[in-house]
Amino acid sequence: MNTPETFTIEQFYKFIAQGKLMAGKCQKCGKTHLPPRPLCDNCFSQQFTWVEASTKGKLLTYTVIHIAPEQFQHMAPYVVGIVQLENGAKLPGIITNATQEKIQIGMNLTVDFTACDNTQTWPQWPRYCFKPA
Amino acid sequence: MNGKPLVSIVSAGLSKFGKNDGLYGRELFAEAVKEAFDRCPKLEPKRDVKAMFVGHMGEAYEHQGHMGATTADWAGLLNIPATRTEAACASSGAALRSGVYAVLSGLADVVLVGGVEKMTHRSTAEVTEYLAMASDYPFEQWHGITFPGLYALMATAHMHKYGTTERQLAQVAVKNHHHGTLNPKAHMQKEITVETALNSRVVASPLKLYDCSLITDGASCAIITKPELATRFTDQPVHIIGTGQASDTIGLYERQSLTSLQAAKLAAKTAYNMAQITPENVNVAEVHDCFTIAEIIAYEDLGFCKPGEGGKLAENSETSLGARLPVNTSGGLKAKGHPVGATGTAQAYEIYLQLTGQAEQRQVKNAHIGLTHNVGGSGSTATVHIYRSETQ
Repeated sequence: MNTPETFTIEQFYKFIAQGKLMAGKCQKCGKTHLPPRPLCDNCFSQQFTWVEASTKGKLLTYTVIHIAPEQFQHMAPYVVGIVQLENGAKLPGIITNATQEKIQIGMNLTVDFTACDNTQTWPQWPRYCFKPA
Repeated sequence: MNGKPLVSIVSAGLSKFGKNDGLYGRELFAEAVKEAFDRCPKLEPKRDVKAMFVGHMGEAYEHQGHMGATTADWAGLLNIPATRTEAACASSGAALRSGVYAVLSGLADVVLVGGVEKMTHRSTAEVTEYLAMASDYPFEQWHGITFPGLYALMATAHMHKYGTTERQLAQVAVKNHHHGTLNPKAHMQKEITVETALNSRVVASPLKLYDCSLITDGASCAIITKPELATRFTDQPVHIIGTGQASDTIGLYERQSLTSLQAAKLAAKTAYNMAQITPENVNVAEVHDCFTIAEIIAYEDLGFCKPGEGGKLAENSETSLGARLPVNTSGGLKAKGHPVGATGTAQAYEIYLQLTGQAEQRQVKNAHIGLTHNVGGSGSTATVHIYRSETQ
């Protein structure tokens, strides 16, 4: 499991499918990568350990997308944002259950593993979303 | 006295920007090249031009890759080495930079740099999808984040941190539309009001239709050479005295700041140091206003004002023609248009006109130092070039 080739985006999304938000921690310099990468951008080590990341965070910024790509048009308008998780990592994603009136920078959010479905032929990834805590 | 010339621009060309139905990208490129050749009668293209670098973002638009050889072919410049450069919307900023590398290396004395994109024959949904390819796929595109969405995320953060307003964003659009009316090659030739901009359809809040640049067809080019050879071709060379390029994370979400572009700041710092000037010395600038917020952030990243004061610069019309530092006299990406691969060298074309006194109705008086700022994606690439007229 802890071989360099498993610290991939593909594996990150396999964990998402299992309801886990997983990061790769560099065994050499200690830097935590969320999303994981196979080569540490700090010390170039390829040795990592999986660590479970906090699913709680705060909203750094957001937008309401009105003009959407074709596969998202049925959802528009929808809210996306960048969330800073408790371990310091940042992730973007769709924010559900938040109206434009309610949403504000700094609000508490949690990762939601179930709300989004996957209709793509490639890649076969699930989606995570965020929802108000 | 500022930095010594690195290379010199001896000519430049620009196709009409707009919806050019029935014309392929390579044909638009030929139009730009023809203008550059006509402006420089002492140049013998087949004898003198030794290499080409051409910015082009996407094969998807015309189902055409391999744009280096394609454009060399249609420009009548076979069999010189011709290479496509791709850095999303900074593709031809990267072409210009590559041309500087080539001339300074000594491998090619005269280089044609340029860019091209043909976009308007595609639907808005298709163009939205193709442009999004310049952002991170697994964490941005996969989660429904569009290109306007990325800049909207920056706009929300900038408004929250500094109090920048939607009205200030609109004022950037009003200015650039006004400048566009003075440029016969601009895509849009229409004045707009702040109210028109504020009442336009929301694309990705807080960005509305008039905060977004245009989907445009167009091509641009410049011919550069060693400074000591410049007067062989023209009495009015424009010298490039500073060049900077930098990269940053492909995902916006991983950046240290959501209210400035580190790549642009780094590229600017390199270019200013090389040119031995400070931002106060710049007389005219073309900046990458793919969205109105991008122009406001550009003011700050380039040192035209302090961080957070970009909105006020727009509000006080300090970057309009006739003011202290006119920005985007061409109309910018907002009104001149944004054929993505062509934009970097189209900016260089405008500065070439300004510094040689050929900008007609939109001429900036006593313009001697110019600057271009070309950004790829949400800021994953930035190039900054600084130019000086022969007579200073």
